[in-house]
Amino acid sequence: MTQVDDLYTVGDPIADTKAPKDLPIEQIWTRAKFTNKLVNPANRRKLSVIIVGTGLAGASAAATLGEAGYHVKSFCYQDSPRRAHSIAAQGGINAAKNYNDDGDSTYRLFYDTVKGGDYRSRETNVYRLAEVSTNIIDQCVAQGVPFARDYGGLLDNRSFGGVQVARTFYARGQTGQQLLIGAYQAMERQVTAGTVEQFTRHEMLELIVVDGRARGIVTRDMVTGKIESHLADAVVLASGGYGNVFFLSTNAMGCNTTATWRAHRKGAYFGNPCYTQIHPTCIPVSGDHQSKLTLMSESLRNDGRIWVPKRKEDADKDPRDIPEEDRDYYLERIYPSFGNLVPRDIASRQAKYMCDEGRGVGPLVGDFRRGVYLDFSDALSRMSRAAIDAKYGNLFDMYQRITGEDPREVPMRIYPAVHYTMGGLWVDYDLETTITGLYAVGEANFSDHGANRLGASSLMQCLGDGYFVLPNTIRNYLADGPFEPVAQDAPEVIEAVESVRGRIEKLLSINGERTVDSFHKELGHIMWEYCGMERTEEGLRKAIDLIRSLRAEFWRNVRVLGTADSLNQSLEKAGRVADFLELGELMCIDALHRRESCGGHFRAESQTEDGEALRDDEHFAYVAAWQFGEGADRLNPVLHKEDLVYKFIELKQRSYK
Amino acid sequence: MNLTLKIWRQNDAADAGRLVDYPVEGITEDMSFLEMLDVLNEQLQARGEEPVAFDSDCREGICGMCSLMINGEAHGPEVTTTCQLHMRSFKDGETITIEPWRASAFPIIRDLVVDRSAFDRIIQAGGYISVNTGAAPEANNIQVPKVAADRAFDTATCIGCGACAAACPNASAMLFLGAKVTHLGELPQGQAERSPRVVNMLNQHDAEGFGGCTNIGECATACPKEIPLDVISQLNKDFRTAKKYAG
Repeated sequence: MTQVDDLYTVGDPIADTKAPKDLPIEQIWTRAKFTNKLVNPANRRKLSVIIVGTGLAGASAAATLGEAGYHVKSFCYQDSPRRAHSIAAQGGINAAKNYNDDGDSTYRLFYDTVKGGDYRSRETNVYRLAEVSTNIIDQCVAQGVPFARDYGGLLDNRSFGGVQVARTFYARGQTGQQLLIGAYQAMERQVTAGTVEQFTRHEMLELIVVDGRARGIVTRDMVTGKIESHLADAVVLASGGYGNVFFLSTNAMGCNTTATWRAHRKGAYFGNPCYTQIHPTCIPVSGDHQSKLTLMSESLRNDGRIWVPKRKEDADKDPRDIPEEDRDYYLERIYPSFGNLVPRDIASRQAKYMCDEGRGVGPLVGDFRRGVYLDFSDALSRMSRAAIDAKYGNLFDMYQRITGEDPREVPMRIYPAVHYTMGGLWVDYDLETTITGLYAVGEANFSDHGANRLGASSLMQCLGDGYFVLPNTIRNYLADGPFEPVAQDAPEVIEAVESVRGRIEKLLSINGERTVDSFHKELGHIMWEYCGMERTEEGLRKAIDLIRSLRAEFWRNVRVLGTADSLNQSLEKAGRVADFLELGELMCIDALHRRESCGGHFRAESQTEDGEALRDDEHFAYVAAWQFGEGADRLNPVLHKEDLVYKFIELKQRSYK
Repeated sequence: MNLTLKIWRQNDAADAGRLVDYPVEGITEDMSFLEMLDVLNEQLQARGEEPVAFDSDCREGICGMCSLMINGEAHGPEVTTTCQLHMRSFKDGETITIEPWRASAFPIIRDLVVDRSAFDRIIQAGGYISVNTGAAPEANNIQVPKVAADRAFDTATCIGCGACAAACPNASAMLFLGAKVTHLGELPQGQAERSPRVVNMLNQHDAEGFGGCTNIGECATACPKEIPLDVISQLNKDFRTAKKYAG
């Protein structure tokens, strides 16, 4: 192995992703479903599967495997499975139904997703996703998901996120909520049927690996503090993304990497950790107290015009007093053909540049104003107030509730925020990680979105994985089971349980000076500054040093009050932040090693003359799958490359000028 | 702004619990109510006191996790969730009383955190349409009149927070129940199980210890998603129909 930069080593490439070979792309999934072994219905009840997380991927997988007759144990940290953060998705879900006869097809959805991902995703997986997309809509409608309909009673579609067909199904601005309730209800039905056992307020803190196979998890009962081991024939992680490494994001407060990071430490490779999506239209930070950021639907850019003052001196003026000639509608100026509708990453980065120049607006937070105007006055002079309200009324109300300002009177202020992480546990075509018997689905895996996710694609991927893909791949593994039973006192179980206990005792015993949140905020600041919208070699190296010393300080100086055997929210947070402090370093190493710009990953050193992201397909058309290295002081991970071979789609550089 | 908080502190289910006064300073009106509590908790921890436990997750008004009685009102004075309530709804110098949800079917776990698993069990009793994955027909084979689809959606927006039961003097959860029965009952897909659904869910509701509805309307006033009171009429109608045909 070659040591690089004193930061990581390069190991063997990944040779095989297990997809059936030498077939036309539209036959691969059909072949896989046929060749994957079957499990006799009578044997299914003897086989058990643990599923961690109850969002769209976890709940749909639990329901489907339960219906098939397997014994499922489902875990979530919330007080009910229905609260998982999929619930907050607003926009919609894509499917290649072609109900509008506007030229959509499975192939076009596949093509758009690969292109949108800036040619850094795996063709076979993305094609399969497009293929199952239509089944998802059928399933959800049958469950009673109240999608928008036209007056004829048929399903309505809208176009979304830079594509030219209308393929997005939606339920007002609450599509994620309605889909999740559908999946949750299907899962609760299986609880009654006795096939799914539900464990709420339980957090997975360790993975149990026996003879190279994932055989269980260690959890903490968040009410009693009891440490429990749960054993099964296979383990599925559906534990979501890691955007909260930035402290401020649009993720829920509890979203965390602990399940995936613990698995990574036990041998599961982490794929493309630096691929982060930053959403341009969020409500800006108003002060140091800020605990989370709220997304405002991207649809606002259809009618709002984005600007900042031309002069720094006008930054704190009432925007209504700034005359037209003193305003800089910078997206319209730089990108005359796409204007305010440029893709998410471009809109985000330009907002950052404007604020870095000192032309940001809104309150000073620290020394900076981080906000740009999104102005509806033109739209209000063009359309009636009622027409504007019909389109955006609920968003305006939400904005007003949070900021105290009415966007109908004063221009809205927006700023980019971390929204989604495309990286995640590396999985093969079967969604299996590099630990045998450990699967990852939904945002927890890296698989389908490449370096950038298109709008309305995350819900599709989660439900595709949970309802249709995983149940058809995991059976190939379970068909060889039930595996040798693992005793509760097996050495691997005891070792995992004791390591969890030891860590909790350690966290409670440090009794230092700083709260968990103060460490989390500092980490978030480092990540946002150096591993956010724009990354540089110098900044990333600095970030790695800063994170390492912050991590050392955390383990020396954190203060966690309370006890291990009661509901203790500081203790819960402490464990999550400890894992974020390791993941943050890996993200920076990944961002540093990828000396190209692609999708959500913008390296300042790799841009076109016009300041656009410049890919380097010759050197970086691969998935970076990282193996856990040495440990706490410095990660020193091992890089395994999975070459991305494009057999069906031609690689192109995108342009939005 | 400076405030006095009276917060319910209770170590666990066995503890009797008590209201404790906490002065907080330096609160700004841009803070959300829960961020104000975050500030308090940072101050408590700096003094070596255990922070106040409260539930929250998405903090954007959709997951239904947050659940505080604020000055006696579920989710406080605005029509929204606790997490979307902002401090500009309060005045400098005010005393704010913060308690957990009030309903014996929501037992207290610690401080302001309650156990709402009763709602999951009500859904388990029949709050679903039975269709296995893979068994669904082509989506546009099922036509749903727009009016029915819209009403189904309006009632499906329930976030299961429990404010309805917490606000009701009878601790009835019939708004929650009525919303689900109406959502599924408005749709053609929901007809096959309509009668057993309402009977089984109502039986579970009563078994959990929630009270009956006496048309007070506090539930609909407290509901952050503005689920209308008439879903309870729908619930009663469906129940009557179910009983009639069951004999």
